[in-house]
Amino acid sequence: MASIELDHIRHAYAGPSKAATVYALKEIHYTFEDGGAYALLGPSGCGKTTLLNIISGLLHPSHGRLRFDGRDVTELSTQERNIAQVFQFPVIYDTMTVYDNLAFPLRNRGVTESEVDKKVRETLKMIDLADWADRKARGLTADQKQKISLGRGLVRSDVNAILFDEPLTVIDPHMKWVLRSQLKQLHQRFGYTEIYVTHDQTEALTFAQKVVVMFEGEIVQIGTPAELFERPKHTFVGYFIGSPGMNLMPVDIQGKNARLGSQSIALPGAPKTAGESKLELGIRPEYVRLGREGMPISVTKVEDIGRHKIVRAELEGRSLAAILGEDDDIPAEPKVRFDPAGINIYADSWRVEMGA
Amino acid sequence: MEKTLNNKAWFLVLPVLVLVAFSAVIPLMTVVNYSVQDTFGNNQFFWAGTEWFQELLASSRFWAAIGRNLVFSGIILAIEVPLGILIALNMPRKGWGVPVCLVLMALPLLIPWNVVGTIWQVFGRTDIGLMGYYLNALGINYNYVQNPIDAWVTVIVMDVWHWTSLVVLLCYAGLVSIPDAFYQAAKIDGASRWAVFRYIQLPKMQRVLLIAVLLRFMDSFMIYTEPFVVTGGGPGNSTTFLSIDLVKMALGQFDLGPAAAMSLVYFLIILLLSWVFYTVMTNYDSGR
Repeated sequence: MASIELDHIRHAYAGPSKAATVYALKEIHYTFEDGGAYALLGPSGCGKTTLLNIISGLLHPSHGRLRFDGRDVTELSTQERNIAQVFQFPVIYDTMTVYDNLAFPLRNRGVTESEVDKKVRETLKMIDLADWADRKARGLTADQKQKISLGRGLVRSDVNAILFDEPLTVIDPHMKWVLRSQLKQLHQRFGYTEIYVTHDQTEALTFAQKVVVMFEGEIVQIGTPAELFERPKHTFVGYFIGSPGMNLMPVDIQGKNARLGSQSIALPGAPKTAGESKLELGIRPEYVRLGREGMPISVTKVEDIGRHKIVRAELEGRSLAAILGEDDDIPAEPKVRFDPAGINIYADSWRVEMGA
Repeated sequence: MEKTLNNKAWFLVLPVLVLVAFSAVIPLMTVVNYSVQDTFGNNQFFWAGTEWFQELLASSRFWAAIGRNLVFSGIILAIEVPLGILIALNMPRKGWGVPVCLVLMALPLLIPWNVVGTIWQVFGRTDIGLMGYYLNALGINYNYVQNPIDAWVTVIVMDVWHWTSLVVLLCYAGLVSIPDAFYQAAKIDGASRWAVFRYIQLPKMQRVLLIAVLLRFMDSFMIYTEPFVVTGGGPGNSTTFLSIDLVKMALGQFDLGPAAAMSLVYFLIILLLSWVFYTVMTNYDSGR
């Protein structure tokens, strides 16, 4: 196990360039702690797979250094970095048995056969495939195959990190839950450094201790699931995490008040803005209170999704989503209040702190 | 479930039956008919029973031709399959090289068989042929008209030149279907170049390779045009393959009966070998 230090990493597929736009990965400077479970979360094309491939050594970054436990590995090959990676589509060696699949990375490294046997048996137990050892790998189901890919990483006791590249994409929904919790258990028991790439927020939030949200080649926020939910640092995080995402509306700030059209909203403090051009108020649908008092809205749609209702409405000509309990009723003349605890102010898309 | 029975439905398969009858069944039956009769022309036929078959199976000429055919097929498979894999492995996967290579590979396949024969016939001539003339000029005694070994070498090189690209294209198709993740996983697992070939590329090529082997075997076992144009079956009988022998007998000597018997035996051999190949292929796929 090792910590992974990304030292000012940048990458452009076309090679180093002066134009900032060609960089699939803008500057990333961060350290993944030893034994941590991280999720890289972001939409397709945000650079998360690029970052993963740089860590695994399949890509060489255009700029910056990569260190494992302080040791510079930027120039080392994938093999020498000693990491494990699980891909989106299960990679197994069709013609081999399950046992041989797991033994393959060890035999390639010249491990003695008795050691191989011990390790493989151990790993087969860990991934619950002990009864399948002598079966040909080709006949297995997608989730079993994915476990084998994982097993080929686990079998090497000295791996520095295990990387997951959207590993549950091709797995049936009910098996996703099972696999996800098994992954979590494995992490808790053995403490590998794990980096998990996904565009599925549920997956990221359940799997990881820390979620790294990426957007257009940049890390926009790193935090625990609760931090991402309560205090999104960037409007993208607010919008991307949560279902539905955060409500955002342009406002004017006057001291401890925000003006939205003809309405005035009390803020928990005075935002420390510095004359930015675009100011927005963000509030999650969970903090929008629907009742008989506050700002008048007109309801456009109610989506009943079982556990609760999502109310789509208009406030001062802006669309707004609110979450309502399954049994709550919508009053005849609905009005909303914003819970001050859930209010965040954004200047040019980045969150600003509130003063007293 | 209640099935609706309507015998008129049989008429729906009639067009196919008619087509197959005229294209395959009737010609085949004509051959069967010839093979059990003797004729002296004038449309007069005499019953001969299994005489032609007995004669054929006892004739050393027939067995020699089969032997030559098998040796030929064995040699060209042993050359074309490994060579084809090797070329396919070294072909580029992306960039401008891909269309260039594909077109180059497809070119020999587009040339009509008798033209291929003519090309090599001229190419190998000792008086004006580029290869034949310079080989002799370099002191290598080469003459496919007189020396059986030279004739064989010419026919084999010609077949390799003509058909290796079929194996290449099939293998290449198998190779490009392998997702990048497999190569990346192999790197991570520390696999050697040989292990990548043995455990990733070869298994993925296995199906197309079996098809390639089957196609090349059947084709080479039925080879006629090219050696006929180049050597005409000679020198002596050294490159007289089954099909050449058959044509000699049927058209050259007009021995319809023996020729028909030989056609049938030839047909049965190919049918049997196809069946063996097919069974091996399907078992190999599902069995393990």
